[in-house]
Amino acid sequence: MTSLFYIEHTNGKVSDQSLKAITAASQIEGDVHGLIVGSNIDEAVAEASKINGLSKLLHLDDAAFDNVLAEKLTQVIFNIAGDYDYFLAAATTTGKNVMPRLAAKLDVSQISEIVAVESADTFIRTIYAGNAIATVQTSDAKKVLTVRPTAFKAATTDSAECEVAKINAENIPSISEFVGEELTKSDRPELTSAKTIISGGRGMQNGENFELLDKVAEKLGAAVGASRAAVDAGFVPNDYQVGQTGKVVAPELYIAVGISGAIQHLAGMKDSKIIVAINKDEEAPIFDVADYGLVADLFQVLPELEQAL
Amino acid sequence: MKILVPVKRVIDPYVNIRVKSDQTGVETENVKMSMNPFCEIAVEEAIRLKEAGKAEEIIAVSIGNQSCQETIRTALAMGADRGIHVLTEEKVEPISIAKILAKICESESPGLVISGKQAIDGDNNQTGQMLAALTDMPQGTFASKVEINGDKVKVTREIDGGLQTVNLNMPAIITTDLRLNEPRYASLPNIMKAKKKPIDQKSPDDYGVDVTPRVSILKVIEPPKRQAGIKVENVGDLVEKLKNEAGVI
Repeated sequence: MTSLFYIEHTNGKVSDQSLKAITAASQIEGDVHGLIVGSNIDEAVAEASKINGLSKLLHLDDAAFDNVLAEKLTQVIFNIAGDYDYFLAAATTTGKNVMPRLAAKLDVSQISEIVAVESADTFIRTIYAGNAIATVQTSDAKKVLTVRPTAFKAATTDSAECEVAKINAENIPSISEFVGEELTKSDRPELTSAKTIISGGRGMQNGENFELLDKVAEKLGAAVGASRAAVDAGFVPNDYQVGQTGKVVAPELYIAVGISGAIQHLAGMKDSKIIVAINKDEEAPIFDVADYGLVADLFQVLPELEQAL
Repeated sequence: MKILVPVKRVIDPYVNIRVKSDQTGVETENVKMSMNPFCEIAVEEAIRLKEAGKAEEIIAVSIGNQSCQETIRTALAMGADRGIHVLTEEKVEPISIAKILAKICESESPGLVISGKQAIDGDNNQTGQMLAALTDMPQGTFASKVEINGDKVKVTREIDGGLQTVNLNMPAIITTDLRLNEPRYASLPNIMKAKKKPIDQKSPDDYGVDVTPRVSILKVIEPPKRQAGIKVENVGDLVEKLKNEAGVI
């Protein structure tokens, strides 16, 4: 049995999501090979070759892959698919975009966002926004899986360099092109890898008030998130969204401010180690999952909290 | 141009789901069902493109038991022109759904397929991408903006760090994210009109697709419940507890 794990990277660094998700691959019997794709990626290749648990690293360094599009990357993986039994990637927007396309080309079902490996063909994943946990078994010979990174501990990158081999781009379709990217600029940590997150909900009333959260976040070195209600109301962009339809996070400390605690939001943060809820409605369901609840007006609490930290 | 919109019938998003006591799945008997919210956004986007003169016909497709007709009727009441119902009692997996849709694409030749990014029951997030692979079409997943220019469609995508824009050759597959639009409610006259719109009934066999599941569900359980903690009196208390009791700041 050999697994192929797709490794994501940005600015010369292997993504934290990939390091976590690769741990799931290591729990499957057999060797794990990594695949890393991009243009001028020597730095990331060097780091990836030292990931613990990896026995071989394939890399594709090609200007055509400066930006990785699903149509192209799927073909790259499909070209070498004969050598592998398992195909895994982190359930990031890239993994979610690419892996089902690969699964269909291989004529197999995909198992999405696994949170545990039970055995060679049996995996655990959440359904219904985390309101139910399913144990599923696949009968497909080749298995395509995406992995929820927050469910696994990150692999370290301090092992001896593994075997590194170059692959080439062949039969790459040109039916799509990259136009541009508009990445949210922030000095704060990424939501999915932050140790502390402070999120705002509809109770924030408008986008400007998120500055109150920013100030507290600055003191805590925290990332700022939002509930779907706050995103729907246009307070903040969608990439702030924590929940079933946004990002799934599991930081050490999650502070929910003016968030009622809809099921869809809880699905995205209930695995956090410590949850704090600040809400003036003491009946809000968020208090049912919070370790520490403070029933108070957030507009008073946030400046106080900033001062106290 | 035709637009094909697959729509899925799911447990209404505002219903609290119940895991069956025999651990075989989630209770769906006597539970309110609705169109998957992401599919509603897909129907809405198709209607807006038609209203903007970019499309002539919208075909809503649903695959599943007899009740899926209601979901197609909802799409027709919103503004889709006709329906295709692929009747099956089997719990059809995304790969088989994608195969059936690929066959429908062969016969209908839509310029766009717009589907939801995921259904809120299985949370798979697969069907659109799989259909794109089977038809060799490009894919614009998690779309927050769709713009047709001649034979290309420019799609702005919600990605982890922000937004990405891609230009796709048509025909193409688009899957919808939340911010793409706000779906309309069907008006009463349109609900009445929808009753007269045609729905073609088909079966997976008509498309030569074997829908036997490859993934079996061994067990479905409730997630472990998180215990509610304590209420603190003020910010001072909170900071003290986070520092000394929880040790997280």
